[in-house]
Amino acid sequence: MARFLARRVLQAAPLLLLISGLVFLLIHSVPGGPLAVYLSNPSVRPQDIERLRRALGLDRPLWQQYWSWLGAFVQGDWGYSFSDGRPVAMRILERVPATLELVATSIAFALMLAVPAGVVAALGPRGWFDRVSTALAIAGISVPAFWFGLVLQMIFAIGLGWLPSSGRATFGGGGALDRLQHLALPVTVLAVVQAAAWSRYLRGSMIESLAQPFVAAARARGLPERAVVLRHALRHAIGPVLAIVMVDAALLVSGAVVTESVFAWPGLGSLFTEALARRDYAVLMAMLMLASTAIVLFNLIADAAHALLDPRVARQ
Amino acid sequence: MMPAAGGAGATRVQRAPSPDVRPRAEGAAAAALLLVLLASALAAPMLAPYQPDQLDLDRRREAPSAAHWFGTDELGRDVLARVLYGARVSLAVGLLSAAVAGASGIAIGGVAGYAGGAIDAVLMRATDAMLAVPRLPLLMIAASVLQPSVPLLVVLIGLAGWMETARVVRAEFAALRGRGFVESARAAGAGHARIIGAHLLPNATHVAIVSLTLAVARGILLESALSFFGVGVQPPRASWGNMLYQAQAALSTEPWLAIAPGLLILLTTLSVNVVGDRLSRRG
Repeated sequence: MARFLARRVLQAAPLLLLISGLVFLLIHSVPGGPLAVYLSNPSVRPQDIERLRRALGLDRPLWQQYWSWLGAFVQGDWGYSFSDGRPVAMRILERVPATLELVATSIAFALMLAVPAGVVAALGPRGWFDRVSTALAIAGISVPAFWFGLVLQMIFAIGLGWLPSSGRATFGGGGALDRLQHLALPVTVLAVVQAAAWSRYLRGSMIESLAQPFVAAARARGLPERAVVLRHALRHAIGPVLAIVMVDAALLVSGAVVTESVFAWPGLGSLFTEALARRDYAVLMAMLMLASTAIVLFNLIADAAHALLDPRVARQ
Repeated sequence: MMPAAGGAGATRVQRAPSPDVRPRAEGAAAAALLLVLLASALAAPMLAPYQPDQLDLDRRREAPSAAHWFGTDELGRDVLARVLYGARVSLAVGLLSAAVAGASGIAIGGVAGYAGGAIDAVLMRATDAMLAVPRLPLLMIAASVLQPSVPLLVVLIGLAGWMETARVVRAEFAALRGRGFVESARAAGAGHARIIGAHLLPNATHVAIVSLTLAVARGILLESALSFFGVGVQPPRASWGNMLYQAQAALSTEPWLAIAPGLLILLTTLSVNVVGDRLSRRG
């Protein structure tokens, strides 16, 4: 197990290095660079731009810039935001709670939808429930998240006036109920889209699991069907699905860019769109690296959990 | 995205295999809908009641009516005409970006699966790396940096989507490489190109086509998301995504602006996914 883990970590390191190189190259291949905003400003003199360029180290060869960025980044020095001068780490950290709140609530609701739907669909493949839930799941996978968000805003915020259309809390206010009302619409978008995919995985996994001999054995021992399905079949089937949930959770944080922007949710997704609009490379670079690291890390944890549950995996 | 398991290995076969007719009918209906969408996009100049960029400042922000079925926007342009012309851009980006993704995915996955060894390892690590970068944020950076024309947008979206195809094609090639018919072709003097083109590729078309349909749906969604953020297809040219970008600002006063383009994106990706689901169950 330890050797398995060590091997996977050793594989992950060059992967992240490769990603960082790719992303760095992309971000720094812009004509004009991060100072492009000043080039069109007549009140900024060319010598000022030159001074800024040198101060930011942008006059050095690209590989030197990358090397010093990499050295600083792995030591936890993520540089300063070009747009407001504060440390990048601080700008990112202050946005984490909002995104965590949104994503964690969404995952909880998505599981509450996906697990019952997947189990019931698997009990009667091609029955009416399976067909309806399959149709809904394909619709959920196909719907553009931002448009779904706009439609919810039109119905529940503008039309009926039941829920706020954007933000995390009413300015100045912010009781528990107010917070929940602000969460409702963005959580619905993220939860429905995720539940669509997860319910399909669980359905497939449950159908396989119900065909296993141990399920027949449990039935033969006269266990009630409820216990057979929930205690035996589901426990076996949910493992691989939880691994997918783990990996998707990391993707969900980065996928929240769209939903956060539609609902003006003040989390990491909004920080990303702001940084992009201001060409704040230090922030963009750190955010993409953190997201990639999280995706690689969550993949690794999912593999490790899989190996822990099924020792055959680690021996391969 | 969809698990390949389908219903084929079901424990409780309640009926004979014949009731499989329904999903087949759904697949046919979805394919027919796609053809209708494509045909109306191609015939946009004949179908559109107005020019897509024809201003009518006396009739701005009008709700749907007999003269303007889908209403007008803030410049008095006909939303139906813009949706029809937008379909050309959105569908073209979806289909062509999938072609780029498919061609690069088949090439990379094919070489990795056929060659094996170090080449395979390097290419698959690169695939893993690309899969670990969040796709939409990466594309948003690339698009805002390059301010792409439509053809460049096609290439960008395509290059961000080859990994899934590469993986399935590689797996198929690696499994087939050692099989008897490949060995005998090699013994008969066939070169690498002939073995790949005539023996391996035809056997991998099924998995490649399934992953390609998913790439079409993803391409359409990515174009609309990029345009929604203002970094994709640029106005005045209409695409479904940038029409929604405009609509967002006027959601409370002109909700009709958001309905038509969004519904069309949903109908298109839904049909593509239903066709893909149908194809993945056969085989």
